Amino acid sequence: MNGTKQQNDIVLSIKDLTVHYEVDGEVVEAVNNLSLDLREGKVLGLVGETGAGKTTTALSILNLIPFPPGKIKSGEILLNGKNILAMNIAELERVRGKDVAMIFQDPMTSLNPVLTVVDQVMESILIHETSSKVEARERAIQMLETVGIAAERADEYPHQFSGGMKQRVVIAIALACNSRLLLADEPTTALDVTIQAQVLDLMLKLKEQFNTSMIFITHDLGVVAQVCDEVAVMYAGRIVERGTLEDVFNHTKHPYTEGLFNSLPSIEDRTARLRPIPGLMPDPTQLPLGCTFAPRCSYATEACINTRQTEIGFSESHFALCSRYAEKNFVIDRKEID
Amino acid sequence: MEQPILDVRNLRKYFKTPRGLLHAVDDISFTIDHGKTLGIVGESGCGKSTTGRCILRLIEPTTGEIWFDGENVAQMKTRQLRAKRLDMQIIFQDPFSSLNPRNTVMQTIAEGVRVQKIHSTETEIQKRVLELMDIVGLAERLYNSYPHELDGGRRQRIGIARALAVNPKLIVCDEPVSALDVSIQAQILNLLKDLQEEMGLTYVFITHNLGVVNHISDEVLVMYLGQNVEQAHTEEIFRNPKHPYTQSLFSAIPVAKVGANKERIIIKGEVSSPINPPAGCRFAPRCQHRMPICTQQDPVSTEVTSGHFVACHLYS
Repeated sequence: MNGTKQQNDIVLSIKDLTVHYEVDGEVVEAVNNLSLDLREGKVLGLVGETGAGKTTTALSILNLIPFPPGKIKSGEILLNGKNILAMNIAELERVRGKDVAMIFQDPMTSLNPVLTVVDQVMESILIHETSSKVEARERAIQMLETVGIAAERADEYPHQFSGGMKQRVVIAIALACNSRLLLADEPTTALDVTIQAQVLDLMLKLKEQFNTSMIFITHDLGVVAQVCDEVAVMYAGRIVERGTLEDVFNHTKHPYTEGLFNSLPSIEDRTARLRPIPGLMPDPTQLPLGCTFAPRCSYATEACINTRQTEIGFSESHFALCSRYAEKNFVIDRKEID
Repeated sequence: MEQPILDVRNLRKYFKTPRGLLHAVDDISFTIDHGKTLGIVGESGCGKSTTGRCILRLIEPTTGEIWFDGENVAQMKTRQLRAKRLDMQIIFQDPFSSLNPRNTVMQTIAEGVRVQKIHSTETEIQKRVLELMDIVGLAERLYNSYPHELDGGRRQRIGIARALAVNPKLIVCDEPVSALDVSIQAQILNLLKDLQEEMGLTYVFITHNLGVVNHISDEVLVMYLGQNVEQAHTEEIFRNPKHPYTQSLFSAIPVAKVGANKERIIIKGEVSSPINPPAGCRFAPRCQHRMPICTQQDPVSTEVTSGHFVACHLYS
């Protein structure tokens, strides 16, 4: 692949994004100096635990950070080459739902209970695509059928649907205008596994069909392995490791990523004792001076505690935020998988 | 052979609803040996939590016998039951709503200690609370903290300490780690395993997380719409699932490994209504192996290999 080609198929490029929430004189450092690129048709998994800054990152891409208390302190978010953070309201409204759409975690609360599902799918079509109600309705029903909801049910209300069906409606809304970029924030976390399997299957099929790029936010490494091409692991507002699925899962570099894998019960060796990460995520109002993971890291040195980490590259695609790799022979315990 | 500590026979719980009888638990039977863990798995609404609560009679079973330590809990009078509950405790899923927000850590844990009436003076009670906090890994400085000041993992530790306060023999763990992040989940699972080993506890472990159930259980019972579809030793059931529902359920677990998620049995449709269910197998409407008999006759649980029970017409 040559350089210009690579430049052109970048759908989303986040550069040095920092988002803070200021509450009662305290500053919550939710996202810090985050950079990432997403290429056309790729699914990037944004992984991390509660409070890592995943949802804040996604909301920033829609410029939906509530202000106050939230504030985007610095950075650029280029969507198809245009900076979302520099847009005015009118420009943003043209982009939201059209160029970038979002699927929220909880289908129970993200639908309007007093509108029928077809009306909710029509909404963005009417805003972005056509002024004809008849045409919009037709397209909305088509979209509902694409996600597996029969046309007869289009005029029903959300409470008449089960959780899995509601999430299909939410997906239909997000896909209604063929967005090039889809942000999926824990789209299957509230669902049972067999329904999760159905929804993931559907999302992957639709992604193929429309060549959509996706940021898939989840804390479930199993789901990541199933749907993502690339992975970015977040911890305390920073991306601590990023790379292709194979890079991160088979050639894990960051001690935090290793800790996540060690915390999962193993299917092969079911009685093996779990090795949880000791301690808790740092208070985001008082992030440690040096590496934010250092207080919980078994590999941390004096230097890790006192100085900020720099990102180290292992290949063209694989990076980790861990200074220990500046040492020649440093390796973590997790074995590489070929 | 040693008698099982818990022997549940033909447990049923029906709820009256305006649209008819809701069969939440429909003829569940199982036994657990002393010091073992039975994992109950299934998806939302399959009746696993109702089963757990019926064992402690937090919900009154409609019919059935619950033999615990040689006595039938289902037949007990209130006073007898209250005494028996010291031997059986429960840990709830949501550590955010299962603790009284106005009670400190000390007050919450002390409640159980007081009920037990072994420790009479305040100093003794305090000593016991501190001991319990130490057992579950809560720092002494949190003694006077309120639940809202603590994270989910610590709150769940309070829930565990509260359950341990009366020295129970059996603990029903109702999705105890589902609300927690993986790194914290692993801490709590290790704690539960250690406690079991040290105190000889017996667990009924209710969860929808199959990785967790595989890790913690000796025996697994799979429920679907109020019924027991399959039961076997953990290794056996994961290696050799028989029931079409179990097979698709297990194949739907996403595995955190590159290339591990290729073959998947995706079941169509959704769980049917538990209200006045029709005759026949409950899973039949979604089953890819459906035969005419499946919608006519209830499948009977049969032992296909030693200790492996399946309720499916394919095996009878």
